[in-house]
Amino acid sequence: MKVSIYRYNPETDREPYMKEYEVDTGGKDLMVLDVLNLVKEQDDSMGYRRSCREGVCGSDGMNINGKNGLACITPLSATAPGVLEGKKALILRPLPGLPVIRDLVVDMTMFYNQYEKVQPYLQNNTPVPAIERLQSPEDREKIDGLYECILCACCSTSCPSFWWNPDKFLGPAALLQSYRFLADSRDQATDERLGKLDDPFSLFRCRGIMNCVSVCPKGLNPTRAIGHIREMLLERAV
Amino acid sequence: MSIRTVTFDAIVVGGGGAGMRASLQMAQSGFKTALISKVFPTRSHTVSAQGGITCAIASADPNDDWRWHMYDTVKGSDYIGDQDAIEYMCSVGPQTVFELEHMGLPFSRTEEGRIYQRPFGGQSKNFGEGGQAARTCAAADRTGHALLHTLYQQNLKNGTQFYSEWYAAELVTDARGHAAGVIAICIETGETVFFKAKATVFATGGAGRIYSSTTNALINTGDGIGMALRAGVPVQDIEMWQFHPTGIAGAGTLVTEGCRGEGGYLINKDGERFMERYAPNAKDLAGRDVVARSMMMEILDGRGCGPNGDYVYLKLDHLGEEVLHSRLPGICELSKTFAHADPVKEPIPVVPTCHYMMGGIPTNIHGQALRLDGGHQGQAEQIPGLFAVGEVACVSVHGANRLGGNSLLDLVVFGRAAGLYIEDALRQGMDQAEPNSDDMDRAMARLRRWDDSKGGESVASLRKELQSTMQNAFGVFRKGDLMIDGVKKVADLRSRIGEAHLGDKSQAFNTARIEALELDNLLEVAEATAIAAEGRTESRGAHSRYDYPDRDDENWLCHSIFDPKTKQLGKRDVNFKPKTVDTFQPKVRTY
Repeated sequence: MKVSIYRYNPETDREPYMKEYEVDTGGKDLMVLDVLNLVKEQDDSMGYRRSCREGVCGSDGMNINGKNGLACITPLSATAPGVLEGKKALILRPLPGLPVIRDLVVDMTMFYNQYEKVQPYLQNNTPVPAIERLQSPEDREKIDGLYECILCACCSTSCPSFWWNPDKFLGPAALLQSYRFLADSRDQATDERLGKLDDPFSLFRCRGIMNCVSVCPKGLNPTRAIGHIREMLLERAV
Repeated sequence: MSIRTVTFDAIVVGGGGAGMRASLQMAQSGFKTALISKVFPTRSHTVSAQGGITCAIASADPNDDWRWHMYDTVKGSDYIGDQDAIEYMCSVGPQTVFELEHMGLPFSRTEEGRIYQRPFGGQSKNFGEGGQAARTCAAADRTGHALLHTLYQQNLKNGTQFYSEWYAAELVTDARGHAAGVIAICIETGETVFFKAKATVFATGGAGRIYSSTTNALINTGDGIGMALRAGVPVQDIEMWQFHPTGIAGAGTLVTEGCRGEGGYLINKDGERFMERYAPNAKDLAGRDVVARSMMMEILDGRGCGPNGDYVYLKLDHLGEEVLHSRLPGICELSKTFAHADPVKEPIPVVPTCHYMMGGIPTNIHGQALRLDGGHQGQAEQIPGLFAVGEVACVSVHGANRLGGNSLLDLVVFGRAAGLYIEDALRQGMDQAEPNSDDMDRAMARLRRWDDSKGGESVASLRKELQSTMQNAFGVFRKGDLMIDGVKKVADLRSRIGEAHLGDKSQAFNTARIEALELDNLLEVAEATAIAAEGRTESRGAHSRYDYPDRDDENWLCHSIFDPKTKQLGKRDVNFKPKTVDTFQPKVRTY
């Protein structure tokens, strides 16, 4: 099958280009990461990140035939019609909107900075008990669909609002984590957390486009979380 | 050649659960600490742990007792786990788990609001007399992910200095063998830097990638073991590799033991629940070594499933959709993705798959690395400046077979213990080893070798050959003549890898160079494993030989120690002296 991959090595290339590879998959419905590994056997200069190869570490987010996803859990059959059959090329590009370091490897500093801004850690200043802090199953359920984020950046780098203001708009991934702590019955920093989001950019640049929801490889819903934070901000204002 | 030097009180190599628990401890006390990780910390393999962290927090059973957990762990280790270390882990465990909860780890909950605990293999109440226990604390089936992210978040809060995507290539030691720090490469720029520190903590994880079929992440290449062996540090019980009963056939991805804890069971092609024959009491929740061997016997006896009869089925559908989706949501996802089977409707094809390295760098309970002091069996001395925690270490709490849920506990208990010890040692004043230019040249030699390579075999083809050699000769069942042959093949691979070729010599994010350096480490782990497995002439825990089918307590109730200088296998005494409880005497191990 044909694979077309974005290549750029800052030491040797003046500009990025697409390079074509012919890969023998034996007609199997391999994962995109398996295909990349076969490419690397042909050409060891091919650069990409990977670790767990089962969709939990978030290393191999990339743009696959126009849609962001994790290479390791995206089978060829789910990329685009005709790719598995070899009628159409598999097209791999780095995640959009972040600076490219090399090939499919992007500089995620801006993404991580936004994550750090939401103070992504539990804040509770009451003295710790001798055992665990109690939490009802109902309260615990409120952080389901939030804590599972793997920081792969598929969502934020598919978001037009993030493309425009990656320094000022926190982006869906960071906002999902913000709500993960706002929704945790054990966290006491609600007012402080909300105060930091109450400006025209941090949260309110979300236009409800919902690209984040359609690409999240873990099936999470950042738009819904952002909606909940909006409601909390509204309640806090009145 | 001179390279840039940066100086810290302590450096931690590896950003998984053990490394980040250690760095958190030291960051909280204000010492200048760096954490060096070849991947962004939340990409570390701890993230893949599913079922939970085993610990007697007395939630599921208010009468639970850490001594029962200790008994299970000693028995699970087939009696070569060190009882002082197991005692420490099981007794300190509850405090460390409560600390994780206070940090924000989103554990699943009981109706009382306490941490949810599920049954896991090898667990009992009342020293094996009270039936199955439920002792594994869980965050659904994503406990490792929840733990790793929580620790990363706490390290952010406490200002740990991260060097993410920096690859530690070599341990730097002085002429006496004292650790002085590491040589590390910034992956993004290719810059090589000497990280100099009074304390160097290896938390580099396992090396499951020495096998072709493994649950381990692609990054699990035994970098710490490789660095240690090249620096002359020995490894202990390295023949002991755990094969997890339930890796998805073909893909190798892990299916948690928690599935069987929640009531799932294994069936052969006749639909028979075969574990009832092999382990009448514990059945599917026997020790992992026992279950893995039973599955292989079914397959070898022609009762495997599928067109080639080379796997068995894990049946879960009887648990019902609600339990599966609330308790095992990640497994439902993984099974659909990698086995094309929805566990709500159909069983998952599974096969024993390389999962965990019980052996490693020998340490005491403070994480201090040890070496033999010259021939006397059991006499070990500390290596100044060097520490190891987590899977790379062999304390040993797992002995010949680790119990499910004990690895996450090992990470946080001993990551914390090493942090506490180093804090204290730094306060009292630790020496900084001062390497001379010869020491530095030695540490740089391997980097130069690859950069000067002009032709030869490729990294990818040699890696594949090494992996299939290990898979064929050092799997679930082992045989003397096959292992002797395997040792020879690995020796041959050593000379060929020494001549292998790195095609890409660029600086910016050169993953080919990293893979070449990782191959050297895989080779070191594979060679030590091969020699130690061939040398241990008995069957114990995960080490099972056709030619020596029985446990031999007279000769082998001991650790093996592989010395990289002589490539010989020595012995070291197991600790049978816990401080607060009576010794658990070796017994015949049945489930």
